[in-house]
Amino acid sequence: MAILVDENTRLLVQGITGREGAFHTGRMLQSGTHVVAGVTPGKGGQDYEGVPIFNTVEEAARETGANASVIFVPPPFAADAIFESLDSGLGTVCCITEGVPVHDMMRVSDYLNMKNATLIGPNCPGVLSPEKSNVSIMPDDIFTPGNVGVVSRSGTLTYQVVNELTQRSIGQTTAVGIGGDPIIGTDFIEILKLFEADPDTGCVVMIGEIGGNAEQQAAEYVQAEMQTPVVAYIAGFTAPEGKTMGHAGAIVSGGESTAEAKSQALEKAGIRTATNPTEVGEIVAEILGVSF
Amino acid sequence: MDLYEYQGKELLREHGLQTLEGIVATSPQEAREAAEKIGGTVAVKAQVLTGGRGKAGGIKVVDSPEEAEEAAEQILGMDIKGHTVRRVLVEGGAEIESEMYLSIMVDRGEKKPLILFSTEGGVDIEEVAETNPDAIVRVYVDPLVGLLPYQVREVVFYSGLEGDAAKGVGKVLQNLYTAFKEADASLVEINPLVLTKGGDVLALDSKVTIDNSSLFRHPDVSEQQDVEAADPQEHRAQEADLQYVKLEGDVGILGNGAGLVMSTLDVVAQAGGEPANFCDVGGGADAEKIAEALDIVTSNEQVRSVLFNIFGGITRGDEVARGLLSALESSEIDLPIVVRLDGTNAEEGRRILEENTPENVHTEETMLDAARRAVELARDGGR
Repeated sequence: MAILVDENTRLLVQGITGREGAFHTGRMLQSGTHVVAGVTPGKGGQDYEGVPIFNTVEEAARETGANASVIFVPPPFAADAIFESLDSGLGTVCCITEGVPVHDMMRVSDYLNMKNATLIGPNCPGVLSPEKSNVSIMPDDIFTPGNVGVVSRSGTLTYQVVNELTQRSIGQTTAVGIGGDPIIGTDFIEILKLFEADPDTGCVVMIGEIGGNAEQQAAEYVQAEMQTPVVAYIAGFTAPEGKTMGHAGAIVSGGESTAEAKSQALEKAGIRTATNPTEVGEIVAEILGVSF
Repeated sequence: MDLYEYQGKELLREHGLQTLEGIVATSPQEAREAAEKIGGTVAVKAQVLTGGRGKAGGIKVVDSPEEAEEAAEQILGMDIKGHTVRRVLVEGGAEIESEMYLSIMVDRGEKKPLILFSTEGGVDIEEVAETNPDAIVRVYVDPLVGLLPYQVREVVFYSGLEGDAAKGVGKVLQNLYTAFKEADASLVEINPLVLTKGGDVLALDSKVTIDNSSLFRHPDVSEQQDVEAADPQEHRAQEADLQYVKLEGDVGILGNGAGLVMSTLDVVAQAGGEPANFCDVGGGADAEKIAEALDIVTSNEQVRSVLFNIFGGITRGDEVARGLLSALESSEIDLPIVVRLDGTNAEEGRRILEENTPENVHTEETMLDAARRAVELARDGGR
């Protein structure tokens, strides 16, 4: 099994005619994803690579039976796009857009609590279940199907770690990039719960970074609730205080936000924590008893 | 984006909060004129985007325009935690009855605005949180509903305020929440918020951070950004749309993706080196952007070697290698550059690099090896 997206995912792309939206729609189609609809207001009736375009998400979902959406809409309009997906009843919403204002995300997240839907992102690479569904901007040729779940706040670190796994012939159930913003729709814990409930996931890799305390909360959850082994990696030990390190959410502001505090909390919870991405692959191989 | 005290206070006044009369001065002469205009006892306050200016001698209370001029002479040009003072705020005095603390911030865990209020102001709030946590009232605001009147009453009554003080602080809180929301702030902090003997509630200081992602809808705020105060490399990087943070070390670092670059910095430190910077060039292999990034990183005089860590994803390793080669051709960097290329078509990319690169470029397969090499090269001198 995979989590969040699989062969039953019927995907709708918001912002399908934009540069990024169009490019990645092509790639998602190549991966075999069922992209059933696109939305660009004012371009309803047209199509992109055979995918019908609609003016509104509601109409697109009604006409095509879409059950998930991926958002490539520019930051000023991204929150509105998320609200539109949530109100149209889509169960999985994945917002790739980087630079969504924090106040917009506070409102979105408040609204999300009232809806039965999962929002991944914003500022994330998306979700990919190898050979089942690609709702992401991730390079699908580094993935291979298998039994490791990956959840991460960073895009390229996800690729690096997935590559380490694949090179050791260790495949993945699903990789989820939850996003690098201060406020995101879904935190580590929700994804860890899904992996824990997935019978096919035999090990989970969790990649965190400086900023906030989501890793500490995840550590508590892992210790209290999870049977599936978890391997962690944290980036940002050398980050100075008060500076944003690329991701809007990656900022050391004392206390729990440092990489030291996070990795200490993880290790205290009995979670093996790697010191570099290569070591993640080595530890997972050891846990799964894979030799190469 | 952090606002200076005087900018933050302008924002507060726009939203109906009261501050002392203040004038910004950039020279001792201007400070003297400001003190003359305000009259009586004035405070001359360094305007810097860091805390601890009081302890550093950046605030002086004086009784005459002559003394204000002298104070400004001492404070202007002062270095406070690496920040050079270029402006002072000259402010009138007030008869203070009591000092309080008030802030609203974005709470990442709860994903909501969090109000903190304490009648123990004028001191470090984290200290109060440790020594006397009951002296701080905390209220979360539902961002869709907004700050409700009963929540304002909770804040003031739970703090033990009464009468005019309760009314005054309540009004300040309501106005401050509006300012927080309308300015897209991630933090607004007033410490101290004072009650005067005359019964007014004044913001004596202000610390305001505006969410960078919201600046597209606040062009007036982004214009206030102090370009002069920024580090030259950081400023250039910002203009080139590159994520760059200057650090203390001598190994210049570039890579694609914030997480990967942070990880590269860590691995360099593990290898016994010190990173000189963080620089994320983003996705794609745009030769022009890579050339600009290399130029910015190496324009830091401290840098003795460069580590370029790339993961080829959608942009394949061979394309990345060609982009890098063309970037190297257009620049004149003779510092040692270690390139670590991994991911899709990485082998082909490394082959292209090895066959075509000048002597100062070295390729490595793993992050650890690349970090060790870059650290060694930095030690050997480089420049």
